[in-house]
Amino acid sequence: MKARYKVAGMTSVLLSLAFCLLWSTGSVSAAAEGKITGTVKLDGAAPHMKGIDMSKDPYCVKQHENSPAHLENVIVGPGGGLQNVVLYISDGLSGAEASQVPSQEPVFDQKNCMYTPHVLAMNVNQKFKVNTSDQTTHNIHPLPNALAGNIPWNKSQPPGAPPIETSWKTEEVAIPVKCNIHPWMHGYFVVVKGPYATTDEKGSYTIANLPPGSFTVTAWHEEYGTQTQKVTVAAGKAGTADFTFKAK
Amino acid sequence: MRTNIREWSLLASAVVLLVSPCVCRAQITEYQQHQWLRMESHIGNLTGHARAAEMDYRRYCVGCHGELGDGNGENAPWVDPKPRDFELAIFKCRSTPTGTLPTDEDLFNSIARGLDRSNMPQWSTFTKQMRADLVAWVKHFSPRWQTEKPGTPIQIPPEPEVTADRIKDGQAVFQKVECWKCHGVTGKANGPSAATLTDDQNRPISAYDFTEGARPKCGDTDQDLYRIFMTGLDGTPMPSFADNIKPDEAWDLVFYLRTLEPQKSKEKEIAKQLGLKPVAPSTAPAAAPPQ
Ligand code: HEC
Ligand code: HEC
Repeated sequence: MKARYKVAGMTSVLLSLAFCLLWSTGSVSAAAEGKITGTVKLDGAAPHMKGIDMSKDPYCVKQHENSPAHLENVIVGPGGGLQNVVLYISDGLSGAEASQVPSQEPVFDQKNCMYTPHVLAMNVNQKFKVNTSDQTTHNIHPLPNALAGNIPWNKSQPPGAPPIETSWKTEEVAIPVKCNIHPWMHGYFVVVKGPYATTDEKGSYTIANLPPGSFTVTAWHEEYGTQTQKVTVAAGKAGTADFTFKAK
Repeated sequence: MRTNIREWSLLASAVVLLVSPCVCRAQITEYQQHQWLRMESHIGNLTGHARAAEMDYRRYCVGCHGELGDGNGENAPWVDPKPRDFELAIFKCRSTPTGTLPTDEDLFNSIARGLDRSNMPQWSTFTKQMRADLVAWVKHFSPRWQTEKPGTPIQIPPEPEVTADRIKDGQAVFQKVECWKCHGVTGKANGPSAATLTDDQNRPISAYDFTEGARPKCGDTDQDLYRIFMTGLDGTPMPSFADNIKPDEAWDLVFYLRTLEPQKSKEKEIAKQLGLKPVAPSTAPAAAPPQ
């Protein structure tokens, strides 16, 4: 009997300790002003991105009359900067820091029969929107691995339809998205925990809102896979991590 | 002697430490399997029990769906479309929204109905109890039934009276949401996107040809048609339209779909009187986006 009280006492002490910890890390990350910045480059010649034949749908053809559309699997800027690389913290965040979800809602737009952006990163449970700016019907069909926790779905989105607002339940790098009506439309949702960033047309990125600490940064690209680096961030300061992927 | 005992006890505890994770894991899977085998199904006041279906599954289903329910039975290589992988628990015929598990009743009906234009036979001679048990057995293959609940079935309002206006409106819906892109303007499954359609495993798949008069896989009542395009056929390109077709419009569309079929029907009669022509894709909205 006594032993049981002891156990109960111990657990309540431990629980309150855990709460204090959660509380403090919560307030620390509220003031988390550190960041990791860097550039991702492609070493070697960028592969040729094929032009897209959109003749299935005259509307799509019309949108690209003056600027032919190309596949977007590998987009390299001047100086070799690699676009659409998602960078996230794969190790070093506390549970509380990793499960914070931004209230801002990223948007995945169907525009001129292409996905904008081609790769959309987000957090687990972060609400995001699938929008259509086109005057032609799309069907939006994400294909996650059902056995890993995220379930595939397939919805039609005719012109003028309201955005679809939804979220993903678990981490998944990455979920392919496609439109069956326009088979060239292909993109990715990248679902991660904690602060993340996507490289711009120069290959640059900044992961903001980091507490001080040592982190593993993972860089993911749809054609070149993943790379990781260890980075230390001092309170309120910026750490650096540059990545180079080798062209195939 | 003493040291001996100490050594022995050290050794013993080391062995226990080494072995215990294995024992634990074995226990978990056994426990899980035990739990999964206790899977039930509930259809009306019928209760199905997974264990009771084991023999029937071995006799009637295993050749296609496989020992593990992964769709890799010995006949699978010769079957197209491929037998369903019950592990993934992604089903075509559902009353529930896209991306959710079907109800027990959905599976119960599919087993009796069979899936047309596939090797999935009709099992209508089975007793209801056999089918209920098989539903539970089908479910026991996927961990999803342990963590997810079936979706909430879509509501189907009572069927209105067919009228000429409703059929015309139905045609407008067919055109507006662009069913014709896959199914073709006459319903012949020859729309501009038809040739490149693939299922979730990237295998080629055809859209449904309304003009052939074949029974849809998920049933051929008016309610079944309504349900098919509102929930979509998961695992295929056929999307859900629930967010973009209102219930009343959905009924109009059902009536219009009937006019595409070869079978005689009230709808076909009215369409003939109306002199209804198939929608022309060129008349589909192709205006520049408002910017
Ligand atoms: C000759 C092969 C074959 C046999 C035998 C067979 N099936 Fe199937 N089954 C299939 C195929 C093929 C499909 C997929 C059809 C499709 O996708 O159009 C399927 C699909 C299914 C589905 C999914 C329906 C949906 O909505 O997606 C269920 C449930 C099912 N079968 C249950 C059973 C049960 C229970 C038995 C035994 C009583 C059985 N099947 C026997 C070939 C078979
Ligand atoms: C992206 C292409 C696509 C679009 C758009 C589309 N469908 Fe389909 N539809 C399919 C495919 C593919 C199948 C066949 C699925 C299968 O056999 O498993 C199908 C099957 C069907 C079926 C038969 C289902 C069954 O149980 O066999 C009906 C009815 C149907 N579609 C109605 C519609 C209607 C109505 C619309 C518009 C509101 C529409 N579809 C839009 C691709 C499409």
